[in-house]
Amino acid sequence: MNMAEVLRQTRESGDFSPLLESIPYAGYIGLQCERFGDDLVFRLPRKDSNLGNPLLPAIHGGVIGGFMEVSAAIYLMMSQETFRMPRIVDFSLDYLRAGLDRETYAECHLTRQGNRVANVMITAWQKSRREPIATARAHFLLDR
Amino acid sequence: MTDVVTDRILAERVERFLGTLNQAQELGLTVAKAASGTLILELPYSSKIVGNPETGVIHGGAITTLMDTASGSVMICALEDFELCPTLDLRVDYMRPAEPGKPVFARAEIRKMTRNIAFTRCEAYQDDGEVIATCVGTFMRIGKEATPQSYRDMITGGPR
Repeated sequence: MNMAEVLRQTRESGDFSPLLESIPYAGYIGLQCERFGDDLVFRLPRKDSNLGNPLLPAIHGGVIGGFMEVSAAIYLMMSQETFRMPRIVDFSLDYLRAGLDRETYAECHLTRQGNRVANVMITAWQKSRREPIATARAHFLLDR
Repeated sequence: MTDVVTDRILAERVERFLGTLNQAQELGLTVAKAASGTLILELPYSSKIVGNPETGVIHGGAITTLMDTASGSVMICALEDFELCPTLDLRVDYMRPAEPGKPVFARAEIRKMTRNIAFTRCEAYQDDGEVIATCVGTFMRIGKEATPQSYRDMITGGPR
C-alpha cells in the first residue's frame, strides 16, 4: 500500500495506526494521533527512553522537536485534498517550559499554503493548553 | 600546578553526560571528537529512526535531537565547571536528506558565551563532508548551582 492509499484509508476510517506504522520514527518516540471532528490532536505518551535531563526528569528537547515535526507533517498530509508528500525545509523551535516526564500534546495550524510551500505552526503542551511547553513553525515543500 | 583539561578529558566528560540522557543512549550517540569550544557527535544509522521506509532516509526529528544534543553538550567543552544549560531555541535548516545506511555527524561550536546566554552553531554531515542540515541555537545559563554538586562531580570526574 502506498502513502496515498494509506492516507485515503485514514481519512475514511479515522484510524491513524496504518499511517503511523508507515513512519518508523513516529513509532520510535511513541507518537499517537486522534481526530476530533476536523481537528487533530497529537499525543506523546510518557516514555523512559524519550528522556533527556535526568535531574528533573524532562523529555529530551530533540524528542519534543521531533514530535512536533512529525505532527506537522501528518497534519499537512491530512489537510491536502490530493496526496502530496511534505518535505521539511526548516524548523524553528522555541522552548518555553521544561517538558516534564508526562504525556505531551500538540496541535498544528496551517498558517499559509502556497503552491509549493506550506507554513505550519505547532504548539505543544502538557498540563494545560494555556501553558505551552514549546511553540514551533516549519516550512514544508510539497511534492506534486 | 595549573589544571590542563585535555581534549581526552573533555571527550570523557561529554561521554559521561550523554550516558545520563536516555534518548542519547537510545539513539546510540557517541563522541567523535572534543576540543576546546567544539564537539563532534556521531549518530549511527538505524532503521527504527527512519521517516519513510521507501527511501530509508533518517527522519528530521532524529537529526534535530542529534544537533540539539551536540549544541547543548558543547558547553562542556567551553566551561570549566559543568552547568546544565536549557535550550531556549533552535533553528534547523534541512539542506538535503541523509544518505541511508551511513552515520550522521554533528559538529557544534560556541559562537559566543555571555554570562546569561550561550550562542551555538552546528552542522550535520556524512562521510563525504557535504552538509545535510545546520542548526543555530541559544541556551540559557542558569548557573552551575542549579545543578546538584554530585551530578557535576560525576560529569567532571570529581571535585577539583
